[in-house]
Amino acid sequence: MTSPQERAEIKTAEILTAFTNGGRRGVVVDSPPGAGKSTLVGRIAAEIATAGDTVVVVAQTNAQVDDLVAKIATRLPGLIVGRLSRDGYLPPPTLLLPNVQVASRVDDLPDCRVVVGTAAKWAQVRSARTWPWAVVDEAYQMRSDLLLLIVPLFKQMLFVGDPGQLDPFSPIDGERWSGLPWDPMQSAVAVLLRNNPDIVPHELPVTWRLPASATRLVQTAFYPFSEFTPGTHDDERTIHVPTVGIRRTVADEVIDLAADTGWGFLELPHRNTLRTDAETVAATADVAVRLLQRGTETVCEHAPGGRRLTAARIAVGAAHRDQVAAITRALRARGEIADGIRVDTANRLQGAEFDITVILHPLSGRIDATPFHLTPGRLCVLASRHRHACIVVGRRGIPELLDAHPGTEPVHLKDFIKFPDGWEANQAVLAHLSNHRVSALH
Amino acid sequence: MTVLTSLAKALAAYSMGPQRLTVFRHQYISSKPIVIVPLTLAGETNAPLAAMVGSDRARPTLIVTRQPRERAERLQFAGRLASELLFPIEMAAQRTQPTGPGPNARMRVVDAPQIWVPNPAGIEFVRTLGRMTRLRQIEGPWAVPKKVRDLGIWLTWFAEQAEFADTGALIAATQALAAVWATGQSDLEDGNLAAQMAWLDPPEGMDVASAVSRAENPQLCPPAGPTTDPTFDRLFLEPALRDLASARTPAAHSAVHRRLTAMLEEQMRPTWELVWTAIDLLLEVTEAPRVPKRWEQQRDRFTSFHQYVANGGNPQAKRDSAGRSAHRLAELEQRMAAFEAQRAYDDPLVIADYRLTGEAFAGQVVDVDATRRVPGLRRSVLRPLVTVATSDQVHLDVDQHVYDPARNGQQAVITSVNETEDGWRIELELQNQMGGGQTAKPGSVPLLGEEVTYTSVTETFVRRRPWPTREETPWTHGGPPPDSTPVVEDAAEDWS
Repeated sequence: MTSPQERAEIKTAEILTAFTNGGRRGVVVDSPPGAGKSTLVGRIAAEIATAGDTVVVVAQTNAQVDDLVAKIATRLPGLIVGRLSRDGYLPPPTLLLPNVQVASRVDDLPDCRVVVGTAAKWAQVRSARTWPWAVVDEAYQMRSDLLLLIVPLFKQMLFVGDPGQLDPFSPIDGERWSGLPWDPMQSAVAVLLRNNPDIVPHELPVTWRLPASATRLVQTAFYPFSEFTPGTHDDERTIHVPTVGIRRTVADEVIDLAADTGWGFLELPHRNTLRTDAETVAATADVAVRLLQRGTETVCEHAPGGRRLTAARIAVGAAHRDQVAAITRALRARGEIADGIRVDTANRLQGAEFDITVILHPLSGRIDATPFHLTPGRLCVLASRHRHACIVVGRRGIPELLDAHPGTEPVHLKDFIKFPDGWEANQAVLAHLSNHRVSALH
Repeated sequence: MTVLTSLAKALAAYSMGPQRLTVFRHQYISSKPIVIVPLTLAGETNAPLAAMVGSDRARPTLIVTRQPRERAERLQFAGRLASELLFPIEMAAQRTQPTGPGPNARMRVVDAPQIWVPNPAGIEFVRTLGRMTRLRQIEGPWAVPKKVRDLGIWLTWFAEQAEFADTGALIAATQALAAVWATGQSDLEDGNLAAQMAWLDPPEGMDVASAVSRAENPQLCPPAGPTTDPTFDRLFLEPALRDLASARTPAAHSAVHRRLTAMLEEQMRPTWELVWTAIDLLLEVTEAPRVPKRWEQQRDRFTSFHQYVANGGNPQAKRDSAGRSAHRLAELEQRMAAFEAQRAYDDPLVIADYRLTGEAFAGQVVDVDATRRVPGLRRSVLRPLVTVATSDQVHLDVDQHVYDPARNGQQAVITSVNETEDGWRIELELQNQMGGGQTAKPGSVPLLGEEVTYTSVTETFVRRRPWPTREETPWTHGGPPPDSTPVVEDAAEDWS
């Protein structure tokens, strides 16, 4: 039996060989949440650069680019790393390294062995030059029309991404292209694979983030065709909640349950509400604050002796921005203790990692389930940000709501079909949560 | 549906009268609109039955197929429609003016044609008829007259323009009305032009409630098409078509055809009148300030497409190539963003919607540092600071760009957002449109106490590498497609 580390290492070596020696124009790597995607991107870029070639790294957002530049520059102290940016970009303090150059035109970065920029920025590059190697990070979040523009710049490309996350978005109704193999609304990888059926994606085998308690659910609900295992054992990640607290509330009960099992579902009584339902918002904020008040401690491979859970290691996730605003306000009302808790929408939490997450279920209190709420990626992002436990807050009646709203989107011939279907993924998560339920009765 | 739309609908239902959604009309209306009221035969994809066409309300041209079940008759129908439509298109294209002084000015038509149909299904009719005719060959086997193919090319152009948010080329009357007024009925009911007009313009001496129930009676208010009323189909159309098929002599045939024409005219006439009344109602609404500029761009598009057709350009392909679809998506997004932003800048009711969703805020200037300078690349630059107190619920972040609709979209960057007891205090750094001098030009920096509005909604301009042509399609998108010379089989459909 090989250890998870060994298996991940073998896979990484395999990907590196397939990319650099395989002679293929495109290699795709699918990665489950927290499987070391960015580490892989950084490492492959560094290995190619060390071997003497110039490599380009394409990411989707400026924050991702900054992050990658810092990682790669630290890894390659002897080589110059270029950061392609817009005019007037001010590098954050983490990028003030001696071997980082910043420029808005790629021709101003001639000495760089590694050049990193957003896909949108590369789509503006009007250089006669081409590059032998490109690594595209978060490739499932890039739309295929952007890919169309940047492909001619590079000879060989590696695409790394998480197929379970949120698809790229457009306010336009793209029905006229549905079914076309080059549908511009689809993700870059979906189009690439559709047109090049001989490319078989590699899969990263180990999730370092998700605990054993979450891996199985996330895999069955969101990645039914992938095989990945947790990097840690059941007993390597534990939570202790030392303070019992006088006047035990439902928030305490759900915290205790989540501390034991990794999951908790605080179920409020059924009611159809506005998105910013005051009771659900208050319950969500209470759970987050209560975690801190009770001095929760987490034990993991980084801190075998246990460490105190801090606000910065907690995230509160929701589907809509007005919900985020309402929860932020509720947390502020609970005093200084909540300072530093990250409250955000699923879209913005993509790629982030926390010890414990508290999420407001996207379908809580709703009277209908729209395609927006049924997107499997949204729930997947919310349910896979944690290293220890995830607590879901929602109103009773979500399974019934799902049953009343099967998907009604039109089906088109030859359309891209994405598994799993959001409806099914939601049911799978709810079925699991029903065994970790704490009911708040009024 | 936005909060304000919901509120307007509730108010309309409560007061039984229409409610305004916008202060202005954001749709350009031509002085010589062309109205088409089409009817199709049930049971087949786009089998044209009849159409009422023209730009004179009093004298519409009536086109009725001689035998709607016969395929060749459909092309005859297209030919007669082409005679009506290609003439105004050509007339518009002949009258041009330079875009500006100087030798580099392009030519632009003085006015572009604008087509009105009753509802979105009418746009779909235009699109399918265009698709049915544009790929036909004008010589060789199964040749069609050139005007039929040209009609197909133009109808396709109009239908594709209608996909753009800011379109002014092909307009569905129900949508144009729904952009200005909310009625107290559902969106589905608003899709029926007669029911919608019952709210906006009930018949003389009738209240809205009785006008709406009158509009639900297909005998008094026939459907706006292209689909006909099933009862009409059963009781009148079917027997007439049977008689038409069994007429043995030309005299008998033309007698039946006259009967058919009369009954179809009866079906189309009320809708024809409603579309014209809708246009009149919309003309009474003041046009938004940015409408003429958008129409100018639409005239440019018409001019260049006419140039393309005149130079013998190929008809639009049945499917977009990889580059073409990406290009079109980018254009759809860019024009939608521009339209949304222009609407918001023009219209206080539209900006109010953004204030409710936290994408805009209005408030009073409580602090100004109009002479603040910060170091720039070569010399220091003027970057005044403005602090606004607002009671709007703001969902904007520090470093986000916002724009001032009252100052032509002057850009500012949010430098801090603080919640106070009665709202928010937002500090902004102004970025542009202050002139090049040492101090800001008068009026370009808000004064202390001034009421201001800022929004994050803006037009997007993205510079990009050029989209690949068909031949340049990269390997990720299937590579260059095989040869694309038009052939006769292009016109065949899976269902034809």
